[in-house]
Amino acid sequence: MSAVTASRPQSRLGRIWGALPATLKVGGVIVLAWIALAVAAPLLTPFNPIKVDVVNMLKPPGGTYWLGADALGRDIFTRTLYGARADLMMAFFGVVGPIILGTIIGLLGGYFGGRIDMVLMRIFEITVSFPYFVLVIAIVAVLGPGLKSYFISLTLVNWVSYARLVRSEALVLRNADFVLAARGMGFSHLRTMLFHVLPNALVPPAVFVMTDAVLTIVLGSSLGFLGLGVQPPTPEWGAMIAEGANYLTTAWWIAVFPGLAICSLALGLSLVADGLARLLNTGS
Amino acid sequence: MEELVRVEDLAIEFATKFGTVPALKGVSFTLNRGEALGIVGESGSGKTVACRALLKLIAANATVRSGRILVEGQDVLAMGDAELQRFRGEKAAMIFQNPSTHLDPIMPVWRQVGEAMVLHQGLRWREAKARAIELLRDMQITDPARRANAYPHELSGGMRQRVMIAAALACEPDLLIADEPTTALDVTVQAQILALLRRIRRERQLSLILVSHDLGVIAEMCDRVVVMKDGTVMESGTVEQILTAPRNDYTKRLIASQPSLMKPAVRKALEAPAHAAPRLAVEGLKVQFRSAQSLTGWLLRRPAHAVTAVDDLSFTLPRSGSLGIVGESGSGKSTVARSLIGLVASQAGRILVDGKPLGRLLQERPLAEQRKMQMVFQDPFLSLNPAMTVAATLAEPLRQHRLCSDREIPERLADLMAKVELPQNLLERRTTQLSGGQRQRVGIARALALEPEILIADEVTSALDVTIQAQILGLFERLRREMGLTLILISHDLAVVRYLCEQVAVMRQGKLVEYGPTEQVLTHPREDYTKALIAAIPRLSRRSDAAE
Repeated sequence: MSAVTASRPQSRLGRIWGALPATLKVGGVIVLAWIALAVAAPLLTPFNPIKVDVVNMLKPPGGTYWLGADALGRDIFTRTLYGARADLMMAFFGVVGPIILGTIIGLLGGYFGGRIDMVLMRIFEITVSFPYFVLVIAIVAVLGPGLKSYFISLTLVNWVSYARLVRSEALVLRNADFVLAARGMGFSHLRTMLFHVLPNALVPPAVFVMTDAVLTIVLGSSLGFLGLGVQPPTPEWGAMIAEGANYLTTAWWIAVFPGLAICSLALGLSLVADGLARLLNTGS
Repeated sequence: MEELVRVEDLAIEFATKFGTVPALKGVSFTLNRGEALGIVGESGSGKTVACRALLKLIAANATVRSGRILVEGQDVLAMGDAELQRFRGEKAAMIFQNPSTHLDPIMPVWRQVGEAMVLHQGLRWREAKARAIELLRDMQITDPARRANAYPHELSGGMRQRVMIAAALACEPDLLIADEPTTALDVTVQAQILALLRRIRRERQLSLILVSHDLGVIAEMCDRVVVMKDGTVMESGTVEQILTAPRNDYTKRLIASQPSLMKPAVRKALEAPAHAAPRLAVEGLKVQFRSAQSLTGWLLRRPAHAVTAVDDLSFTLPRSGSLGIVGESGSGKSTVARSLIGLVASQAGRILVDGKPLGRLLQERPLAEQRKMQMVFQDPFLSLNPAMTVAATLAEPLRQHRLCSDREIPERLADLMAKVELPQNLLERRTTQLSGGQRQRVGIARALALEPEILIADEVTSALDVTIQAQILGLFERLRREMGLTLILISHDLAVVRYLCEQVAVMRQGKLVEYGPTEQVLTHPREDYTKALIAAIPRLSRRSDAAE
């Protein structure tokens, strides 16, 4: 990793690192650190995250349990590390479905316009006319609690954000000279759309996806709080906070540490979003 | 003569992400009272920075390294805010290139003209309105009392520029600074605005600093001229002196690049056998645009509003012939190009290549026919996909049309780059890393990749500097000669057409006004509109103008 050190700024890696916005660097480090902690969780703690241990019920922070133990005597530190797995999964898969569906719909509507756009936009308006949270909760409630139904419901509801972003870009790009040039050379609509419109329409969704991942975690945690998310005893930050809420006055550590974990990951992701926006908007 | 402005050793630099970039490197010039000074230069020469500095309009990331700007002996750069506010408007005022972005879109024009009078001279709004209307009348705006209440978007480009001049003159400044005041305008409108500027300068004994990339405009308007390049003054002197006996090499190149001075390229279409069909024949082409149908209109079966962009256009071109289509904005000349390519459907008429009719839209043409006609676009900053490298841009059409195997592609790319005189090492660059001239060459190479027989060039040089324009025009001429290309050149600039084309078609509001051999049309125009168009071209020599 000597290439990254400041002593050799002329090296290629060093130059790329130096050109990155500071927010991207800080946010990236936070997010990568959480991914590393989640992956390496079994190596970092000797405890089992789901094994009930009545002897150590509500043990305060310090001693063997650094961050204390919850109402069932489970180590908060261990559960927070393992909880990162569920929350990072929610952040990642919670945006993948919407971004794919939304990009396809936005691209088709923006590029072709006319009737196709009209039909797609009516579907769009029907979807946004329902309150966001209520719709997600309703779909999850119908499909049954769990991560899978959470991802399905998010895809069905949250595609609108990406469709809106991609469509507005595609609307402008379809009349761009280089798109006309591609058409003028006889390229198919599919090729023009995928290789000439899409790559140039991806900056706003790429920035938004980071902010959206934060919202997705918060939403997933809220569902966990309502008992509709990850099912106990699997550790998940939102569910942990819900459990700790009953003990807030007597055992604050149960809710506070997973809460701090959510805050730090959310901060990291939004810093990455800010950094990406700076990077993609100014330099090319 | 009394000296009004003295700029001494002015150096300004900009702080950017990539370090400081010098914009001016020690620029000096003077302006006497009542005189008109032209500053000519290409993009990046620092001419705009220099003239904005005269009002201390300096960007936030710019620092003045050295130098003084004295106006009536007072150093502008040393003025405080209060002093500056009085100075701007009362002593000196500025008009900008693009009147549509420099006027406030949500203020009626009389307020924009009258605002300075209220602020500087303490007039009441009612008095200011009356004076604003008077000023607008003086700017030859017809029906000024009604127009004064209009918003900028309700006025034409020329009209907006008149409003901006009126606003600049509101407080009767001694010095008017005009930064490319006619660049965004059509030639005939440009001629009117220049005439207006000449008249008010005479009547009000204004001193003028005119910044332009166009030597012709400067020659018509100014007494003395400063030639700038890369932040330094290359040469300065009287207009006659610079134009007739330039000493500096760059000035010589700049003058030689003026299309009106370029010797028409030797051209001759290949003689076709008398019975052969012309390479391209267009018969009665008509293109209409329908505005989107509203729901109520659809329900009530009202026909959608239609605009005729091209009306009954016909012409023929022999093999390796060249036609210039000339017109002002809104003449429909770009629509002609797009309907020839098949991007826009025509409502009537036929397009025949070698006697065979083409489909109206691209989709209706077989691939081999799509290849026959290719287009180079106006703005090279918009016409290349910013997400692609040069190599990818050029290889894509080859692959899509299966013109060669993947193994042959590097060889084809090298050949294309050589044709447009670009070095091979640019192939791996992204298109965004190239200069304007380089980009336009890539645009030409992309069109040539499909081995077209007819090349349509839509205003291909209007976004480029004049010395680059001369190089690109030379490239087109060479390609036509060597490859036997048939060329359609669409331009607002008669001088460019005269250099490259043996035939010219003049269009106005979608209709063909005049059509014939270039020399004949330019020297003996039949139609009044063509005459006006020719008369509007700024001439380099005022004396020859007087002799005509």
